[in-house]
Amino acid sequence: MKNCEYRQIDPQVLSTPTPPPTQCAEKTPKQVRRKWEVFPGKNRFFCDGRIMIARQSGVLPLTLLLILFTSSLFFIFDCPFLVKHVTSCIPVIGGVLFTFVVISLLQTSFSDPGILPRATPDEAADIEKQIDSSSSSSYRPPPRVREVLINQQVVKLKYCFTCKMFRPPRTSHCSLCDNCVERFDHHCPWVGNCVGRRNYRFFYTFIVSLSFLTAFVLGCVTTHLALQHSTVLNAFCCTALELVVCFFSVWSILGLSGFHTYLVASNLTTNEDIKGSWSGNSGLQSAGNPYSYNSIFTNCCAVLCGPLPPSLIDRRGLLPAEDSPAAAPAPPEIELLGFGAKTDINMVRCAFLLLRMSLIFSPFLSLPATSRNCITVCVSFSHSVSLSL
Amino acid sequence: MATEFHNLQELHHSASLATKVFIQRDYSEGTICKFQTKFPAELDSRIERALFEITVKTLNDYYAEAEKIGGQSYLEGCLACATAYVIFLCMETRYEKVLKKISKYIQDQNEKIYAPRGLLITDPIERGMRVIEISVFEDRGSSASSSGSSSTSSSSSGR
Repeated sequence: MKNCEYRQIDPQVLSTPTPPPTQCAEKTPKQVRRKWEVFPGKNRFFCDGRIMIARQSGVLPLTLLLILFTSSLFFIFDCPFLVKHVTSCIPVIGGVLFTFVVISLLQTSFSDPGILPRATPDEAADIEKQIDSSSSSSYRPPPRVREVLINQQVVKLKYCFTCKMFRPPRTSHCSLCDNCVERFDHHCPWVGNCVGRRNYRFFYTFIVSLSFLTAFVLGCVTTHLALQHSTVLNAFCCTALELVVCFFSVWSILGLSGFHTYLVASNLTTNEDIKGSWSGNSGLQSAGNPYSYNSIFTNCCAVLCGPLPPSLIDRRGLLPAEDSPAAAPAPPEIELLGFGAKTDINMVRCAFLLLRMSLIFSPFLSLPATSRNCITVCVSFSHSVSLSL
Repeated sequence: MATEFHNLQELHHSASLATKVFIQRDYSEGTICKFQTKFPAELDSRIERALFEITVKTLNDYYAEAEKIGGQSYLEGCLACATAYVIFLCMETRYEKVLKKISKYIQDQNEKIYAPRGLLITDPIERGMRVIEISVFEDRGSSASSSGSSSTSSSSSGR
């Protein structure tokens, strides 16, 4: 080996771009681009990368509308009566619950669920080299699967062809968002985003506070209807509308909260529960789950109160100058195509929403029965179309 | 053999980057962030095994501290839950504080130990916490690859 002496590398110098300053002054000023502008997944970014949402935002507008609409009716029509006849705490409790619901919904929808950035070309090449070299050994596991031992249990790590890496444990690739998400739970259309490691606690807070809010509004509305003897027609109809919305939604929301409470207590994800990852042999999920702490309290604390990891995709980071021109063309085209298709879906969903609202309000609009029947048919049709899209 | 002095500041344009070594994650204790301490063969002639192991073990200890589930993390989590997690927008979490310590440690290690040996560690946060990437630089006289300079940076940008 040659006898070489290396001078110390200055890491700062290596990281800075190198054209001499004079050339920079002559060229047009380089546009500063951020990493979110060239992000390969199917996400949309707002506020210069501070807010992100899945491109398929599902029925998030409907969720927001239902919550805001029902809560507004509650505060306008029920609270004055209940404050006078029951207690003045009612709007306070309702306000606190409503605030929790809206804030946690927005946090679930607009935050990074735990997306793993795709492997760099060097890393992908290194993994390929390892896969090729391991195939020469006598024992050949299935290709593109790596087995690891986690707490004395064998766990298979699959290779992700999109992200070009072996997925860490509990990570899954969401086909709607085209991202690998850590501790992937599910992609929720109601919040319009994946639920993963970083936003699961927001999602849990959302469904639990929404259960409390729905049950609370249901109770207040029932009390209002029971206590109020002389009624104004419009006020009565609005109260009745709240009763219907809350009654039909409280069961599913309570059920969902109960299910996720079970998942939190067992340190499981929806994905693992549906696939039966840990219940295959023994039938006892707690015995098979290598991630469980075998204590309900510790599992709950770990899932809900554990440290919040940072976002790994660094969406507001600046791109190196030489990367930006090459990466520029692709994302806007994809964005436009996606936007075009999304516009059609949005239009159908908006039409469905308008028709549904008109059906609810048709008694007040004094529409003839035939018109109401037509609207009912149209609502059913557009609902089935929007679900299929 | 001539003793050659290499000023890598002059060489970082031309092909001085020979290869990159990736230290993978160790999942034996679950999903916590921990890297394998197995010494890669490519670094055999470049750095002492003990120094490498100290670096990786210290990084593992830092990550364990960041992800530790204990009194402080419970307090932080409960306080955050009580404020509907709005507090995360205002204050720096413990994890982020430890990540800054890690970044400083890696920079320190690069300056004192790895750069004099022609190596450069990339902060794992810039690789999605999946790998520790160690760039290996070759000396001028040997046949270097024609790839461009490493654009890895040890100073992470704000998140």
